[in-house]
Amino acid sequence: MSGATKIKVRVTDIVPLNDLVTRFQFEPVDGSMLPTFSGGAHTVVEMKDGDRTRLNPYSLMSDPANRKAYTISVRRDDEGRGGSLFMHKKIKVGDEMVISNPVNLFSLDLRAKKHLMIAGGIGITPFMAQIKQLDRSHGNWELHYCARNEDLASYARELTSEHPNDVHVYYDVKGEAIDLEHLLDGQPLGTHIYVCGPKGMIDWVRGTAKDLGWPREAIHYEEFLAPKPGKPFEVKLAVSNKVIEVGEHESLLEAIENAGVDAPYLCRGGACGQCETNVLECDGTILHRDHWLDPEEHDSNEKIMPCVSRFEGKTLVLDR
Amino acid sequence: MSKFEFPPSISSRPVWGRLEARAGKHHLMIAEAEGAEAIMDIATPDLMAKSHIIYIPKGTDYEEKLKALKPGILHVGPSYAASLPRIRRVLMDAHMGLQVYLTGTEGMMGQAMNEAVNAGIPHTGIQTEHRGSVARRMQCVHCKGITEDVELDPFVCSHCGLNLFVRDHYSRRHAAYQGVCVDAEDPGNVPEQKRIYE
Repeated sequence: MSGATKIKVRVTDIVPLNDLVTRFQFEPVDGSMLPTFSGGAHTVVEMKDGDRTRLNPYSLMSDPANRKAYTISVRRDDEGRGGSLFMHKKIKVGDEMVISNPVNLFSLDLRAKKHLMIAGGIGITPFMAQIKQLDRSHGNWELHYCARNEDLASYARELTSEHPNDVHVYYDVKGEAIDLEHLLDGQPLGTHIYVCGPKGMIDWVRGTAKDLGWPREAIHYEEFLAPKPGKPFEVKLAVSNKVIEVGEHESLLEAIENAGVDAPYLCRGGACGQCETNVLECDGTILHRDHWLDPEEHDSNEKIMPCVSRFEGKTLVLDR
Repeated sequence: MSKFEFPPSISSRPVWGRLEARAGKHHLMIAEAEGAEAIMDIATPDLMAKSHIIYIPKGTDYEEKLKALKPGILHVGPSYAASLPRIRRVLMDAHMGLQVYLTGTEGMMGQAMNEAVNAGIPHTGIQTEHRGSVARRMQCVHCKGITEDVELDPFVCSHCGLNLFVRDHYSRRHAAYQGVCVDAEDPGNVPEQKRIYE
């Protein structure tokens, strides 16, 4: 079975934080201890919705040293593929669910002399765990947190009351924004940047840092892509000798799994590279949506990341 | 000619690059001997105005040529050791975005890279270009003593006196290659000395 090791958990607490964001707490069904994790890690939550199973990654936001329970925050996306709506509408306290062992694709570089965190909206969640981890080790950190308004800044109050000097909050509705160039200019040598939020924000921070001469290795970012719906298409799996249909609201990876073919994955969001698959034949266009493959690989049409990418055209044959 | 093409070797052996002007408001350039030429190759008035050059002549005379580039600061130090307090001070006061350029012998680049890494710059973000002598900074794996500017293989450890074979195994932490006893099994049976890349 692909993916990280699975853990059976029970939902022990559900806290609606505002119109869009709800927090869920999981504890192991058998009363055992959960694995420790490092700040920035995510878990893949299995959602059994009738005959359909969704696997969505969510950043762990609880204290990494707390082995009794994990918490995640889920932002409702009414236009999405339904995973967040399922969590918001169908999951009740006491339900049993299956989650994966933590996987970290957004860990702190502990060689850094200072950690400069930049969060946009729900992108705050990995920082909640990282801040707890850094506090314990007396790390030097600073958070800049942007949200649409006060109601939607899910953790602003908690963070600013606990860390009044290290947390800076910006509200779009008040016309507030990070003065990024000014913030980056003058940071001490050894500062690392961590950014999690919408794509535009990540590109803005990476681009500005690059222009100011920051080394690439000092910029860390995490952006989970949700697989976008698209036109249905047909794929041939050469190794398993199967022809499968990928539905409009289904990802290629999900379609492969539903056909009973075991395919590797970890993040299911185009970031980790685990599901990279060789393309044997392609008559049409691969709609690459990952940020794992580089632009030359995208153009070559020899590889595809089935967790987020799709296909339009006549024939697609995969080495799977 | 100050450039040398190192033969391909094991993966532990450092691979030096070619300097290029990069974006940034502050530039620290450390040039030892013929390394000055690598700086002259990339110098533009704009880059030089933002540059602090530390030049260690080691018998060469590029001072006037470097001065003519009009760098923000030009410091001529008699040796790497004598320049070290200045290098540390510049790094201590520096901010993210500082570009570091190292050019000269492998020993100098390795040691200066350690300083920059300890100050917080990822090693992959530091530019290097080898120029001049191909002599190596060697660490004796037996007594741990460092022998500078080793040109011949094998050589005698300047600390413990063992006959050492020059290896390509490199330690980033020591900024030195390993020297291993060449006649341990048969004392006195020492191969004839030759130049390292002969």
